[in-house]
Amino acid sequence: MRRLNLGYFIKEGFSSIFSHGLMSFAAVCMIVACLIIMGSFSLLAINVDDMLKQLEEENEFLAFIDEDYTENQIRELMAQVRQLDNVGQVEYITREQAKADYLKGHESEGLYVNLPDEVLRDRLSIHVIDLERFSETVEAVKALPGVANHRAASEVAEGFVAVRNAVTALAMVLVAILAVVSLFIIANTIRLATFARREEIAIMKMCGATDGFVRWPFIVEGLILGLMGALVAFFLQWGVYVAVGSALVENGANALFSLMDFGLIWKRVLGIFMLSGAAIGAVGSGFAIRKFLQV
Amino acid sequence: MIRLIDVHKEYDNGTKALKGINLRIEDGEFVFLVGPSGSGKSTIIKLLTAEITASKGRVIVNGYNLGNIRRWQIPHMRRTLGIIFQDFRLIEKKTVQGNLEFAMRTVGASGREMRKRIPYVLDLVGLEDKADVYPNEMSGGEQQRVAIARALVNNPKMIIADEPTGNLDPRRSLEIMTLLERINAMGTTMLVVTHERDLVNRFSKRVVAIKDGEMIRDGQGGYYRA
Ligand SMILES: Nc1ncnc2c1ncn2[C@@H]1O[C@H](COP(=O)(O)OP(=O)(O)O)[C@@H](O)[C@H]1O
Ligand SMILES: [Mg+2]
Repeated sequence: MRRLNLGYFIKEGFSSIFSHGLMSFAAVCMIVACLIIMGSFSLLAINVDDMLKQLEEENEFLAFIDEDYTENQIRELMAQVRQLDNVGQVEYITREQAKADYLKGHESEGLYVNLPDEVLRDRLSIHVIDLERFSETVEAVKALPGVANHRAASEVAEGFVAVRNAVTALAMVLVAILAVVSLFIIANTIRLATFARREEIAIMKMCGATDGFVRWPFIVEGLILGLMGALVAFFLQWGVYVAVGSALVENGANALFSLMDFGLIWKRVLGIFMLSGAAIGAVGSGFAIRKFLQV
Repeated sequence: MIRLIDVHKEYDNGTKALKGINLRIEDGEFVFLVGPSGSGKSTIIKLLTAEITASKGRVIVNGYNLGNIRRWQIPHMRRTLGIIFQDFRLIEKKTVQGNLEFAMRTVGASGREMRKRIPYVLDLVGLEDKADVYPNEMSGGEQQRVAIARALVNNPKMIIADEPTGNLDPRRSLEIMTLLERINAMGTTMLVVTHERDLVNRFSKRVVAIKDGEMIRDGQGGYYRA
């Protein structure tokens, strides 16, 4: 080929979209639906993940040490704890330190008034590596001799992990199904386009058009459909996200679960949508015209 | 240039359309391919344009051996051919100019080449003032002239026409055939399929006759000369 026909391919791609508008519309709608569902689950997963990260920053629990333990015994206990599976950093906090910390947060209250028992005990602050095995680790520490008591929010932590895993799994299955459906619809749209233009294609081939020359306008058409769908989906997704976020605030649920600011993630969402849309569009049209070119 | 060497064609449904055809056409020749309906004329054309492949034998077109041609070479082989059909096969929603541009763009011609070449071929086929007309505003004869212009526009070595006058009245048919003769005289090899014996008899050309997939005659002059 002596000349790159980029302008021609793009023009043909666009005009083809408009010449069978209904099917193109259906294809765009499918892509939008696919991306919105994919996006919603991904955003939910991202937010749960974000909360988990925050939680993980506090992925420690306190193990209180028997009052009659000597400093040597405590050192030994610390070594034992460190050897346990899934235990990260271990910090020894003396009762004096703990009391000082506690009182710092409670200046307004009367001195030693209602001071909890544990405040007067030496304790270990223990970091857990894998939050999923939080309670397992707590149990292991509790089983050690010399550990009197513990304080941990294991239910919350593990609940979040379970939610995240479920959301991720569900999102992946749904996205896979929807991607296949979208591919199928795009392929059909493009097939319709090739069918509508089969005479032109026959003439092109008769004049000595290469496969690539015939194929490109349809690939471009698929790409345009995919990108249009991605753009529409992005703005819809944005609206839905903001709406859900403010609904949470209105119900006061944001104390429990609040959404990240869309401004922080919009670039990622837009990028992923455009890429997915383009990929679905190009692959779909690729499927559609593969068989057709055997003329 | 065409070489058919012991060419057989059996379609998937078992129809034996060609049974051992041998044919040589040299550059610059004008050849009529005649025969009754169903005798295998279009099958020969489809073999020459690589639309179908022979079941047996060798097919060589303008130096391309179609028996072992690579898929990517087929477009290049076709660019050495101009192909004309009975039903014109113009794009209805494009003007005459648009149809010719379409054919030129297919092979990657530039706008400048188009502006130079299209008026020239339109003049050649006698449609110099019809560039902006749509096919359905034209007579059959004019539409076939557009098809001839399109076949010519990429400057092929050979034109292959399958019943180009099948849809036209005798007078238009004669005009079209005369035009093809003139194009041949300018150097383009011409293979014209027809079953109109009166028309063939008006030209003193080589006539290849087939019947039931076999060649029954190959000689100079009219259809029915003994
Ligand atoms: N695609 C096809 N499949 C099966 N049989 C075919 C096909 N095309 C043509 N034929 C048969 O092959 C024979 C020759 O057909 P064709 O070459 O079209 O003849 P002509 O052009 O001389 O009228 C006929 O018997 C026809 O029915
Ligand atoms: Mg025929």
